[in-house]
Amino acid sequence: MKVALFVPCYIDLIYPEVAIATLELLEKHNIEVVVPLNQTCCGQPTANEGDQKNSAKMEKVFAQNFQDLNVDYIVGPAGSCVKQIKLHFDAIEQTEKVTAMRAKTIELVEFFTDVLKITDFSDLSFPHTVAIHNSCSSIRGLHISSRSEWQEPRFNKTEELLKTIQNINIKHINRPDECCGFGGTFCVTDEAVSAKMGQDKVSDYVGNEIEYVVSPDMSCLMHQKGISDKEKTGLKFLHVAQVLNNGPF
Amino acid sequence: MKKVNIEKNAAAFIYQDDVHVTEHDKNLWNARVKRDKAASEIPEWEELRNLASAIKEHTLTHLDKYIEQFVENAEKRGIKVHFAKDAIEHNAIAYEILSSHNVKNIIKSKSMLQEECGMTPFLEEKGINVLETDLGERIQQLSGQLPSHIVMPAIHQTKEDVAKLFAEKIGTDPNDTDPSSLNTAMRNNARPKFLVADAGMTGGNFAIAETGTFVVCTNEGNADLTASLPPLHIASIGIEKILPKVEDLGVFIRILSRSALGTPATQYTSHFSGPRAGSTMHIILTDNGRSKRLAMDEFWTSLKCIRCGACMNTCPVYRRSSGLAYSATYSGPIGIIIDPTFDPKKYSELPYHSSLCGSCTEVCPVHINIAEQIMDWRKVMMKNKEVDFSRRMAFKAAGVVLSNPKLFRVVEKVAYNAINILPEAITENKTLDPWAAHRKLPDVKKETFRDWYIKNRKSNEQ
Amino acid sequence: MSNKQEFLQSVRESLKKRTKIEYPKIPTYEKENVDLKSLFEINLKLAAVDFYDVSSVEEAQKIMQEKLPDTKVVCSATDEWKGNKDINKIARPQDLADVDLGIFRAEFGVAEMGMVWVTEKSLKVNAIGFLSQHLAVLLDPANITENMHTAYNIPGLFDVNYGCFVMGPSATADIGAVLVRGAQGAKSLTLFFLKK
Repeated sequence: MKVALFVPCYIDLIYPEVAIATLELLEKHNIEVVVPLNQTCCGQPTANEGDQKNSAKMEKVFAQNFQDLNVDYIVGPAGSCVKQIKLHFDAIEQTEKVTAMRAKTIELVEFFTDVLKITDFSDLSFPHTVAIHNSCSSIRGLHISSRSEWQEPRFNKTEELLKTIQNINIKHINRPDECCGFGGTFCVTDEAVSAKMGQDKVSDYVGNEIEYVVSPDMSCLMHQKGISDKEKTGLKFLHVAQVLNNGPF
Repeated sequence: MKKVNIEKNAAAFIYQDDVHVTEHDKNLWNARVKRDKAASEIPEWEELRNLASAIKEHTLTHLDKYIEQFVENAEKRGIKVHFAKDAIEHNAIAYEILSSHNVKNIIKSKSMLQEECGMTPFLEEKGINVLETDLGERIQQLSGQLPSHIVMPAIHQTKEDVAKLFAEKIGTDPNDTDPSSLNTAMRNNARPKFLVADAGMTGGNFAIAETGTFVVCTNEGNADLTASLPPLHIASIGIEKILPKVEDLGVFIRILSRSALGTPATQYTSHFSGPRAGSTMHIILTDNGRSKRLAMDEFWTSLKCIRCGACMNTCPVYRRSSGLAYSATYSGPIGIIIDPTFDPKKYSELPYHSSLCGSCTEVCPVHINIAEQIMDWRKVMMKNKEVDFSRRMAFKAAGVVLSNPKLFRVVEKVAYNAINILPEAITENKTLDPWAAHRKLPDVKKETFRDWYIKNRKSNEQ
Repeated sequence: MSNKQEFLQSVRESLKKRTKIEYPKIPTYEKENVDLKSLFEINLKLAAVDFYDVSSVEEAQKIMQEKLPDTKVVCSATDEWKGNKDINKIARPQDLADVDLGIFRAEFGVAEMGMVWVTEKSLKVNAIGFLSQHLAVLLDPANITENMHTAYNIPGLFDVNYGCFVMGPSATADIGAVLVRGAQGAKSLTLFFLKK
């Protein structure tokens, strides 16, 4: 199986260890991984603002990097970015190549549970109390977990991957799927509300004696960690790839 | 009309003290939790939501036929039906009916439509006294504020706030903050006023075409008092409230209050099909932009709204802003997608007051795709340049950088250098960098993933 | 004011853009083996209604006297129960403002909700249902329908000009989100299962 690695812009700059962990994790499972080196951004920041004109510029670059690759999947360790590609990404012409590229883009957790069907990580040990944070994009866009608003069977794909790890103590916080307030540009344009949402989320972790927050979405964690560090709570934040790959931390 | 600065209003609500935003958030989250519990007790819950959505979409796409049927059946039963194309006509008709009956004092139950039309200030200016009978609306009337939530109009006020208000306005003890006792005080204060009212005005939750009946749901019984005492009853009803058949109510009554407050139904579900013996009944059927919205491809389904407030209860942004921040009749997620149709300039910021979490879409009992419509409004605002110049320029810059790989690499390096060279006094300055008001800056790395990959892997490739 | 045709024309113009959507079939969601009276009683309790099985009006009157010993003005809309204020003799609905205890016989109950259906027929003067400080309601236990769907399917439901599903005494949570009983309407509602 051959896949392309989609490296979200902020992961390239701020959390390269997440991309390294993702790459290594895939390779450990005998997947051949190619990394287009001219990729920049999926266009989500401007798309969320309703700016189709500027989103189109980024979408064009993304398509140039990915649409011609001869790969089975395009794997991204980021729920909101993958959701952008799969469900939005409509500022440029929807050619057959673009449509195919969008269809084969998949988020990392789902790649493991739904494509590889690998959920056994019992060879690892992570003796800590962990809260799982699934981003709103992942839950309500990609259905990586069931939605608390619906009467539907309960499932959580991220938890499926983590629960087999030895000694891990996965705890559910009081409001597990309430938005943490990142929201992309929202976090600076609507700063007061965003910060309050983040503070409440951090209090929820602290109140439930969480040590590590693990998520398939680093963007949310960037915001939560920013607040947590300012409040000096000692909470640690990791991407699910780092846990499943046992590093780099 | 001056543009509403919703971000500033929300910040003011949050920073006023440690109590208000915490209580508001807690109380509305509880309503959401109770809604989930009520839904879990109905095995056919999701089927009911689908039915409600389908009934509404059917009705709206055949609306002219159902309006005609409703009017015909209402008139057969002795109800006088009037047609108001906008707020001005609505208020003029209301005044004409009231003055022709020499009305000096009216009592009214809650009506978002009447709120929308600014009916109360209009009538008061003409010398007619208007008394709100719903407790929450009465609190807001006494406070000189708009209602902040569709179902719980005064939910942004603590019981201490209400105690202070009642002490000032109806002479209660300012230190008695017990809700039971405050409620009794208002009950006793309002009751004599009900008895001398010349006319009663209500809204309508639903209007049944098959029988010409309109339905009003309350917990207090105030609509029933409003309707059963004075000899004149006027109901203001928006055209989107019409449903085809009596049996449709089976679906809607089962989901309305469960979505709103997590209770099986409101205490009173009242059905009016004609005037009481010896009294007169009027309906002011109102458009006020609804037929215009029906033509909007992305936004017409917002007309399905049954005013339950579930979207407000679940919205993490609304819970921390309070409804007053929106400065509009409709607040919260539904407000964001409806208000721009009333005034796209005044409400141009509203669609940005959302983290796009999508929870509103998921709780809506009639499956309005609220979060998508919020996104669509942003596209409209951008296109029409209703958005701040600086914000547009910021995104133009982002567009240039992020669409040019070489430039992106340069900016990455600059960012690293900037964060590591500039003193904290600058990087942590709240004004220059809103991120830093409440968050530590993330560690920008010297070696990006791309750098690492080129160093460690590219050399291994052929 | 707009005339009807202009009003409808605005709607018709907009409908040119809309694809028509079918009307769905609505089930009644009746469940198997439902004990209607038991289900009704569970929901009455949730609605803060005290209920009793009685075999005579006198039994019900005794219970109400014990419950509300300070009752002065009693007004009944049903001939089965005589109060001390005659509802047939009042001039205006406002004259019922002094009623401490209002009594009427409900037409049927809805098990799913703990609601009773009352109309201008059972109330005689509608205001008695809402001005009375307390209510006592008679209901034939054979007249209980399962849920809102079965209720709304009852033929001729809206042949009356006024009909109300009453679910317990009045309530509000408008002050600090604390639920309080006895908002504007009745402060309490007591239900007596008594065959007609």
